[in-house]
Amino acid sequence: MDQRLGVRTVAFSNPPVILESAATGSKKESEGKLAADFDLLVPDPLWEEKSWETAESKFLKHAISIAVEKAGIEWSKIGCIVSGDLMNQCTSTAFAIKDFHRPLLGVYGACSTMAESMIVAANFISSGWVEYAVAATSSHFCSAEKQFRTPLEYGGQRTPTAQWTVTGSGAAVLSAIGTGPKITHATLGKIVDRGVTDANNMGAAMAPAFVDTMVNHFKDTGRSVLDYDLIVSGDLGFVGRELAVRLAAENGLDFSVNYDDCGCMIFDRVKQDVHAGASGCACAGTVFCGHLMKRIRRGELKRILFAPTGALMSPTTCMQGESILGISYAVSIEQ
Amino acid sequence: MGQKENERYQKKVMEASPRSPVWKNCFFAFVVGGGICTIGQGLKQVFGWVGMDGEVASSFVSVILIFCSALFTGIGWYDDLARYAGAGTLVPITGFANAVVSPALEYKTEGMVTGVAAKMFIISGPVIVYGVLSAAFLGMIRLAFQLVMGG
Repeated sequence: MDQRLGVRTVAFSNPPVILESAATGSKKESEGKLAADFDLLVPDPLWEEKSWETAESKFLKHAISIAVEKAGIEWSKIGCIVSGDLMNQCTSTAFAIKDFHRPLLGVYGACSTMAESMIVAANFISSGWVEYAVAATSSHFCSAEKQFRTPLEYGGQRTPTAQWTVTGSGAAVLSAIGTGPKITHATLGKIVDRGVTDANNMGAAMAPAFVDTMVNHFKDTGRSVLDYDLIVSGDLGFVGRELAVRLAAENGLDFSVNYDDCGCMIFDRVKQDVHAGASGCACAGTVFCGHLMKRIRRGELKRILFAPTGALMSPTTCMQGESILGISYAVSIEQ
Repeated sequence: MGQKENERYQKKVMEASPRSPVWKNCFFAFVVGGGICTIGQGLKQVFGWVGMDGEVASSFVSVILIFCSALFTGIGWYDDLARYAGAGTLVPITGFANAVVSPALEYKTEGMVTGVAAKMFIISGPVIVYGVLSAAFLGMIRLAFQLVMGG
């Protein structure tokens, strides 16, 4: 039986092993700071497809394929695929995995989806329901711009707080047995609404949700900040990261030493003109499944707390003046 | 969270968020926007020299600028320029052309009718609606003046 700690955290009795993971990306990602940690970089964001939407599915499909191939397990053994994305009705996921003929659990946590996928998959494994599961997510700059902002070729100016959606996908194969880093704890996210309505400042909208999850994680587990080699949020970007550090300090958490944000790690802020950093499901997805997993495997990181954040909104709710709701899920991963 | 708490957080957000470089943006907008208008004026001048009537020349200039804007939007240059120029590429007639062509391009994948045609005016639509409305409104004011002044 998994053990419930405090109000929002679970300690897995059979911690699932992350057997393998894979990250796919496109041109911007290949010019970024973490290019070497991607498994596949396709310079053409359209990837010979007819639409941005089908291209996004292709990035996801390949990330899952590569991860499963690296893990060396048969497709028939995969009990379920847990995945989600930003497109309406999670269509990128549906079209990406349709040819795999494996059970699907579609999840939506906006840019926090990677952790949500991992938590759901980990539960299925820890409870003994399935032996192997895939957790994945994707996003695409062009399909996200089209759905949430303006057409690609429209001549608009981005505000300094705007973030750049990562094109690509991250996928991880979780298993009940085998060797590799394990998912030991998960802290569920709660919706936090601080009344931010600026859709060009997602980091500010999500930072309070991240800190809320952090506060609860440390309270539930009794751990302290320095018990982790790295605490990493998903895509708060430079503005959100600064706010998160300040809010954490107000709550008695010192995030000045071992905390970073995937949205600040993946691109070169100045050279790549990405304003406040990166965003999108694939931001946390690719940084975790590529960069962070490689560092854990190399032994540079023994224990990390991965807590991507999501902004729960739609263009409709934004236009209606509703605030942008934040959510953040945390998973702790140990070598 | 209470309203007060949210307001306090909003203040923190303002502090942490970098502001738009207004003076730099104004400078580029002035140079690029002025440049586009100067090109238009230059073309008009040339058309005048070859003996074209003033009004016809103006229409020709508009057609050429709109064509160029649509072409540069299509080959992906216009948004690259607009990233620096801002209002400089938005305000002239070329900005309007870009606002029509860019969604038309984007929604090509949804078909010629339900995509291109239906979505073509999602950005420029409000300009047309309120442009026509304010023209009608001003027309009525003018009419009222004429009736009162007996002009």
